[in-house]
Amino acid sequence: MAVTRPAPDAGAARRPVRARSLWLLLALAVLAAAMLASVAWGSRIVGLADVAAALGGADETIEQAAVTKRVPRTLLAVLVGAALGLSGAVMQGVTRNPLADPGILGVNMGASLAVVCGMVFFGLTSPSGYIWVAIGGAAAAAVFVYTVGSLGRGGATPLKLALAGAATSAAFSSLVTAVVMPRNDVAGSFRMWQIGGVGGASFDGVVRVLPFLAVGLVLSLMSARALNSLALGDDLAAGLGERVALVRATAGLGAVLLCGAATAAAGPIMFVGLVVPHMCRLLIGVDHRWLLPFSALLGAALLTVADVVGRVVARPAEVEVGIVTALIGAPVFIYIVRRQKVRAL
Amino acid sequence: MTANHSLEVQDLALGYGDRVVIESLDLAVRPGGITVIVGANACGKSTLLRSMSRLLAPRKGRVVLDGKEVHRTPAKELARTMGLLPQSPIAPEGITVADLVGRGRHPHQGMFTRWSREDDAAVAAALEATHTSDLAERSVDELSGGQRQRVWIAMALAQQTDLLLLDEPTTFLDVSHQVEVLDLLTDLNRERGTTIVMVLHDLNLAARYADQLIALADGRLHAMGEPAQVLTEDSVRAVFGLESRVIPDPTTGRPLMLPLGRHHVLEPSGLAAEN
Amino acid sequence: MSAETAIRPLGVEAVTRGRIRRTARRGAVVAVLAVLIAAVFATSLMVGRTFYPPADVVAVILGEQVPGASFTVGTLRLPRAVLAVAAGLCFGIGGVTFQTMLRNPLASPDIIGISSGASAAAAFAIVVLSLGRTGVSAVAITAGLAVALLIYALAFRGGVAGTRLILIGIGIAAMLDSLTSYVLSQAAEWDLQEAMRWLTGSLNGSTWTETVPVLLALAVLAPLLLSQARNLSAMQLGDDTASALGVRVERTRVIVIVAAVGLIAFATAAAGPIAFVAFLSGPIAARIVGPGGSLLVPSALVGALLVLVADLAGQYAFGTRFPVGVVTGVLGAPYLVYLIVRTNRAGGSL
Repeated sequence: MAVTRPAPDAGAARRPVRARSLWLLLALAVLAAAMLASVAWGSRIVGLADVAAALGGADETIEQAAVTKRVPRTLLAVLVGAALGLSGAVMQGVTRNPLADPGILGVNMGASLAVVCGMVFFGLTSPSGYIWVAIGGAAAAAVFVYTVGSLGRGGATPLKLALAGAATSAAFSSLVTAVVMPRNDVAGSFRMWQIGGVGGASFDGVVRVLPFLAVGLVLSLMSARALNSLALGDDLAAGLGERVALVRATAGLGAVLLCGAATAAAGPIMFVGLVVPHMCRLLIGVDHRWLLPFSALLGAALLTVADVVGRVVARPAEVEVGIVTALIGAPVFIYIVRRQKVRAL
Repeated sequence: MTANHSLEVQDLALGYGDRVVIESLDLAVRPGGITVIVGANACGKSTLLRSMSRLLAPRKGRVVLDGKEVHRTPAKELARTMGLLPQSPIAPEGITVADLVGRGRHPHQGMFTRWSREDDAAVAAALEATHTSDLAERSVDELSGGQRQRVWIAMALAQQTDLLLLDEPTTFLDVSHQVEVLDLLTDLNRERGTTIVMVLHDLNLAARYADQLIALADGRLHAMGEPAQVLTEDSVRAVFGLESRVIPDPTTGRPLMLPLGRHHVLEPSGLAAEN
Repeated sequence: MSAETAIRPLGVEAVTRGRIRRTARRGAVVAVLAVLIAAVFATSLMVGRTFYPPADVVAVILGEQVPGASFTVGTLRLPRAVLAVAAGLCFGIGGVTFQTMLRNPLASPDIIGISSGASAAAAFAIVVLSLGRTGVSAVAITAGLAVALLIYALAFRGGVAGTRLILIGIGIAAMLDSLTSYVLSQAAEWDLQEAMRWLTGSLNGSTWTETVPVLLALAVLAPLLLSQARNLSAMQLGDDTASALGVRVERTRVIVIVAAVGLIAFATAAAGPIAFVAFLSGPIAARIVGPGGSLLVPSALVGALLVLVADLAGQYAFGTRFPVGVVTGVLGAPYLVYLIVRTNRAGGSL
């Protein structure tokens, strides 16, 4: 095999980079188009002229006002999507598990439970407080599920991790219900949050999550090279001079910050973190230095598109983005499972 | 002691999905004997065994037991004549040896019939024949590999069939347990007249224990007959693509295959001369 | 010769004794569970905001008119308690059937999406289609079967690997749960009680209209399932071994899936997907009964007992009235996690 392959010339080595750059440009274009659609389309469809005017600051017609209202929502969708896509890619890298996803791993429910407990037991009312609590809950759930899933023979296999995640999610969601149930006031506001949406976004909300996302982004991107080594297995990575535990901790913290903040801002949104990295791997390969930024980009585009779709399909009502992503994501999840060579029980 | 059954394969073709595993196969199992099927990896040995025991429907042709087509025989009726021990059977967590062996009585029981004394006797006899009576109340989980394999054979014995098919009964066992299991099967064959058909990986053990050796290559029958006729240097080359010397086993007189490989061979001519 | 004949009967005796010991334990467990169910059932008819003595309860059940008791016991408490038992039996037996068939304690209908399917469909039928009781049951059962079929079909790639089936089930469950949330959010009035029924299961406001279909389903499907108990035990040894023992594996699987899904769906249409009962009953029964033998009947009884006790506790043990599903959910959560940890530690079937 190695003998028959022709020696790689300089051009061949550079070609993938060119292809990747092309995909990157394309993804940027898709994201830009999605953002434009997101400010233009909704229960009321606005023409390009009005969009341009509104983005320039005009606020005279109803159309322009609608666009102004949609701007923070679009920004939030972009940020949350990017955060989820990136955190999914990092989690899949850290756990070497193709099914790792904040939703599947029960991290979202951990955040939910923490937020609810914060609301009910600690009188938490400010959204800035939610973020801290949600990130704490997400981190605790991630560590817990990963620990439970990696007990026993074979470490964290996809099945064990997914089951531990599903079981933990189910357990947390019962606890959430038990806490919320007797308190009708909390129940109402919690219910909207739990379905997952970006509808109620404001500039303040966007600004609030930014610092968390920024730190998470930096930590994740910093780990990209180390994740490439980790992909070869812990022992080999250690042999290559990587400090495995440190890499895990750094990258894991980054991923948890990203998905915790995203969950606090938009509620639990499933499957984005699962689907996006898989699509990206098909397009640009498995090098994490490319995969991570690309996942962020595509995640942003996917969530923005899903939000627009949710607004358009059921006009004048809206389908929350979390439901749209679940409907898009579950079939992709199943496709991935079917493609995997699973060990029989 | 028991009636000898005839088991034949006629013009059989087998496959999974688009993949053809066996194209056209004719063979007859020696009644009252030990038949061993050998061949390279993925040559269709296990597939053939699965089809003989009704687990896999043929694409073409048929498997015939005592003149009746196996795939048209009612499942329970067949299970009273022919038993199968798959390569990796599953023991439910915590199950005791006696309970597991008792599961072999399934084809003799109706939907709601009560457990009879006859069932208990069959279980006791199976335990005794496999020297596992002492383990009866132990949990299968705690047994060693060799003990576990004996318990599975006991389960197949409790089924009280005249024909027993086994798919690689010696995998995962060390050499002493391999010999122990094969000796046990030989006892069954000699004492009860049970016809045994099994797939084995180890050519030398196959040649030692078989009355009839069947060599498959690429889904076709390469050779069938006495081990001395089947296990030859030519057939090893044809079936495994391996150069070898075949000499008479000094302990049994059966053929013994020694692979040559590329290293460590002293002097090929010397061995050949001895042959 | 004489030695051989001397040993033989002794061996048979030992085998018989061991077998009797195993079955005796199961018999005792079943008897104790039945007594406990009867006791809790009777208690749940008597206690409440007003206490009615046993004589009144018996009189009401016999059809006599007792002032006050006739309404409270006959119309409110009796159908609720009967539904608790019936739904518990359904979840218990349906759950353990799936766990046995897929050889994995975590592969219960509430984790692999079958309950979610029935529940989403029931919520949809009520909120969007405004169907009546029978319609809701029919839709829930169809959906439960459809989801089971879908999972099976999607998991089929030249044979069904249990792992794949469970993973696909988890994916489908996630999708269906979010659908249920969405459907409920579209309801004209956000009725928390009604929502809870479809999210975690509740017996609040149960009447004979809900209860009778579940009883009928039990009468038909439970015997069907029990008739397959031996085949199911053989299938625990693996499909190939079971076939070699004369079990028609695919046929058994179809019968068992249809019967178990039917039971789960009927119960879900009446009481919602009561959290964790299907999942917990089997492992609990296995712990009490010990290894080996069929768990169908013991876990059905464990399920009934769980639902009865949880409903009683949910109504009266706390300041607020919690629906039964919340109680079983909170009780079940730690056990679930414990079970995963234990199964993973054992390193066996996962």
